[in-house]
Amino acid sequence: MLTVKNLHVAIDGKEILRGIDLNVRAGEVHAIMGPNGSGKSTLAQVLAGREGYRVTAGTARYLGRNLLAMTPEQRAREGVFLAFQYPVEIPGVSNALFLKTSLNAVRKQHGLPELDAMDFLALVRDRMKRVGMDEVLLSRAVNEGFSGGEKKRNEILQLTVLEPKLAILDETDSGLDIDALKQVADGVNAMRNARRAIVLVTHYQRLLNYIVPDHVHVLSQGRIAKSGGAGLAFELEQHGYGWVEAGNEASRVA
Amino acid sequence: MSTTARQLDELIGREYRDGFYTTLETDTVPRGLSEEIIRMISARKSEPEFMLEWRLKAYRHWLTMTEPQWANVHHPVIDYQDIFYYSAPKSEKYGPRSLAEVDPELLRTYERLGIPLKEQEMLAGVAVDAVFDSVSVATTFKEKLGELGIIFCPFSEAVQKHPDLVRQYLGTVVPYTDNFFASLNSAVFSDGSFCYIPPGVRCPIELSTYFRINARNTGQFERTLIIADKDAYVSYLEGCTAPMRDENQLHAAVVELVALEGARIKYATVQNWYPGDKDGRGGIYNFVTKRGDCRGDNAHISWTQVETGSAITWKYPSVILRGDNAVGEFYSVALTNHYQQADTGTKMIHIGRNTRSTVLSKGISAGHGQNSYRGLIKVLSNAENARNYTQCDSLLLGNQCGAHTFPYIEVKNPGARVEHEASTSRIGEDQLFYCTQRGIAPEDAVSMIVSGFCKAVFQELPMEFAVEARKLLGVSLEGGTG
Amino acid sequence: MNVQPDLLQHLELERMPEALAGHDVPWVRLARESAFGRFAARGFPTRRDEEWKYTDVTALGRRASLAPDHIPPDPSSEAALHAWTLTNEGMHLMVFVNGHYDADLSTIDGLPDGVRLTSLAQALDEAQDLPRPFFDVRNEHTIFASLNTAFATDGAMLQLAPGTVLDAPVYLLFIASGHGVAVYPRNIVVAGEGARATMVEHYLGMVDAHNFTNAITQISLGAGAVIEHCKLLQEGSAASHIAGIHADLMAGSSFVSHSFALGARMGRNDITARLLERDCRCTLNGLYLLDGRQHMDHHTRIDHLAPDGVSREQYRGVMDGESHGVFNGKLVVHPGADGTDAHQSSRNLLLSRQAEVDTKPQLEIFADNVKCTHGATVGQLDENHLFYLRSRGIDAESARSLLIYGFANDIVARVSAPNLRGRIEQLVLERLPHGESIKELL
Repeated sequence: MLTVKNLHVAIDGKEILRGIDLNVRAGEVHAIMGPNGSGKSTLAQVLAGREGYRVTAGTARYLGRNLLAMTPEQRAREGVFLAFQYPVEIPGVSNALFLKTSLNAVRKQHGLPELDAMDFLALVRDRMKRVGMDEVLLSRAVNEGFSGGEKKRNEILQLTVLEPKLAILDETDSGLDIDALKQVADGVNAMRNARRAIVLVTHYQRLLNYIVPDHVHVLSQGRIAKSGGAGLAFELEQHGYGWVEAGNEASRVA
Repeated sequence: MSTTARQLDELIGREYRDGFYTTLETDTVPRGLSEEIIRMISARKSEPEFMLEWRLKAYRHWLTMTEPQWANVHHPVIDYQDIFYYSAPKSEKYGPRSLAEVDPELLRTYERLGIPLKEQEMLAGVAVDAVFDSVSVATTFKEKLGELGIIFCPFSEAVQKHPDLVRQYLGTVVPYTDNFFASLNSAVFSDGSFCYIPPGVRCPIELSTYFRINARNTGQFERTLIIADKDAYVSYLEGCTAPMRDENQLHAAVVELVALEGARIKYATVQNWYPGDKDGRGGIYNFVTKRGDCRGDNAHISWTQVETGSAITWKYPSVILRGDNAVGEFYSVALTNHYQQADTGTKMIHIGRNTRSTVLSKGISAGHGQNSYRGLIKVLSNAENARNYTQCDSLLLGNQCGAHTFPYIEVKNPGARVEHEASTSRIGEDQLFYCTQRGIAPEDAVSMIVSGFCKAVFQELPMEFAVEARKLLGVSLEGGTG
Repeated sequence: MNVQPDLLQHLELERMPEALAGHDVPWVRLARESAFGRFAARGFPTRRDEEWKYTDVTALGRRASLAPDHIPPDPSSEAALHAWTLTNEGMHLMVFVNGHYDADLSTIDGLPDGVRLTSLAQALDEAQDLPRPFFDVRNEHTIFASLNTAFATDGAMLQLAPGTVLDAPVYLLFIASGHGVAVYPRNIVVAGEGARATMVEHYLGMVDAHNFTNAITQISLGAGAVIEHCKLLQEGSAASHIAGIHADLMAGSSFVSHSFALGARMGRNDITARLLERDCRCTLNGLYLLDGRQHMDHHTRIDHLAPDGVSREQYRGVMDGESHGVFNGKLVVHPGADGTDAHQSSRNLLLSRQAEVDTKPQLEIFADNVKCTHGATVGQLDENHLFYLRSRGIDAESARSLLIYGFANDIVARVSAPNLRGRIEQLVLERLPHGESIKELL
């Protein structure tokens, strides 16, 4: 589904990603871990099409197409979803209006009729129940005045409503208490199926207790320093990132 | 040659091109302005003597005045002797005869606004009296309102049928000496709306010029007078919600509102006159005087406006809070795109005790648009316990536009509390990316964020108006971003 | 503006040069003549002029004389005493009496290397190292600046070489002890790259006479320089005072202005800052405490002309009696000044029925990547605050005084130099209702 090859990315002339290779197939869950500043979030943002990053080398293909040539909205309509680490506030625009506009833009792309207000509300109410969100938040402005946990849940709500093919979750676990974390994980797990791929970007292993990945990659200094199965996350938990980084340094010195 | 002159030339040229097939001479007075012309206008309308006297006084005063220069707008010199002051200029005979003759760009805009074909014809000035039945609609309403004692008719009709009311209230809120454009209007106004709500009556429907199609083409010097008697209520919607292609270069309208004790007037405008093209050619100069007078205790007047049109807008709907406990409100969205200039705001004059006013202004500048808020909050020394809250926000789209805020606060009473807040911002890249990452097209995202920015004002509009206003913003923003 | 022919009759420039500093220097003489020509052509502004809408200065045109006096400095013993109290404050003190420098009352010791502090009259007479552009028409912000250039008698000139730091504040004390005098102080500060200094301008009226002061202070900040300027207006109860303080900021420099207006029958300060290069910071603080029939007008203007500038403006006024306070703050963000972060606030307390305040905070913005806000309030003390104090046992009157003190002191507290701040706090307390009892509470 997603094939990233030798991806180099710079921002303000500073190289952040220095040759990423990643192959994500439908039905897989990948976890991308790494210390602060390793480039995890940059990778997520670049895949979603954020401006300001310069791809200096490498390719990213999504469903056989050149992902990097697509606008953010094209990517979104083709099924690439980014759950933001810091969801944005949009004053005066209600959550319901925002989500309906988004959903209908995606549906239109796939030749589906737009949902009317009634059908849309029925769908959203159902999804809100699943992710444990208060319905009141539907009429409030997008993320405005939301608590940290509510913002993250709102991202998961959007995920469950838009039903993307490739979901990238950027530090969705940060700032959540254990109950909220479980609920968010349940929401994500319910989305797992053979046609959908999920990429979890996270600093901590604890999210992976609830969403068990098929593959774990450890990012260090803009490169994937180590890849492995779910077990790798536990090893990291025990040894810390220094363990991988040391190895990375050693390999570079060698 | 000035732009005005050129525009008028085109107008004249068209008349010749289309030929004089009716008694055109009887519908027009010669170009220019003089006492003679004013007498002709008054005679043509068979006005009573007091109206003529009033017009002449206004004209004589106008001669002593000079055009104001202080607004933050710039335009070519207007030659006031080069205008037809009474010419029934938009007689249907000279309009396009079918939609095929109408500017396709205008039609495209109508389509985007979702306006039905019949209405499109009407709005474009196509002769539609045969097919459009709003005359009868209007008549039906008139009868219904008449049962309640409500008078709602063209101004010229009011002068004939209710001269005492006109005489009692005309010019008592905006005197003919008020300002350059108001004096000009007082001298030459051709028609407008008149509305009277008797004591204790709550007008059951929202009154709108829309229902008064036959009297819609009232020209460039329109005059509106609305009187809400004791404890009466009326909500009035002005203007069309679709773009009007209008050849007139100058619009100098006057609106007077009188709210007696306990009365409430809500006045909403969605103004979308022709703004000129994307290079700043053409477009209306909209110089309007709108003022309400809370003449009795507990009176309440609110102005709500959505201004997306006109090349130049110069407009300060105001409230005189004369009675005790009177309330004045002003809610405004002004959008300028391309080369549009808007200098708009309000005046709240606190005279009575416990008077309250609220001002909420949202300015959006795109393209090369220049948007100014100019407001005066004045608290006189007897206005015990007066309160004002003003919030004034600007949103800038692009690097060529400007946003300006000129609030004047004058307070002479120690018990008053006046607060003014203003902010300027632009649409954040974060917000845009968040929307596009959810599949929303960038132009829709901008439109959505701008609507959100204006939400607090839209909430003050009647439902169907609010929907129109939102669409208008989207259309008006086209080509102004990016 | 109107030309007032009768005004011009008693302005006899031909007789002036002999008395004015720098009359032997051709360019100084020329600058004075051309500035006078500009003033004569326009005359005093009237209230039809938007910038003078709330302040009527036409009475100045009816003065017997506008020309500066050249009476020899003759300080009253009271004035001398006042000056003396400042000598041991660890400041560089320059005293001007009726517009002329008085070396005897002044104490300037131990200036660090790279600092030159002289009387302007002396500098003009010696005509060495004079910054000529300060007398250029392009640096005249108002018509009163033209008048000042024509008639400037004396003032301070402070020049700081790059990198010099002057720890002790420079304190300029302008004493008006004559009757019916017109004085034209002109102060110039040139701060080289990275230089730092604090300057105080204190205008003290010793008499209740119709004196007229027209002062101009020009400050040029080199890259990274930091200048804190503090103005104390304490003119006599019949005096008119019109002044301009104008700063030009180069890259990364920081200008802080405090204006405390306590005395004068009619006062007007025009305070402007131009942020000419990137990363400048400008802070304007002001406090006006008025009563009786005082009229005080502050006009400020900040021009953001380069990217990433920061400006903070906070003005407060307390109006009692029949006084009239005016604040007009203009903030202009020019095209290209992206990343500007500006905040402006005007807050006012009206204490009496006859008092009036007119405030006009303006934003003019021509760049889109900016963060600009402003706010203005007029009102009285917060009832909740009053109640809170009273519930803690403070009587209503003291509670009111205390809250007014707090409102005012918030501005005083922004002055950095502790000894200066202490002095100003005392001056403010003396002007507040029940200031004495607050002193006890503190």
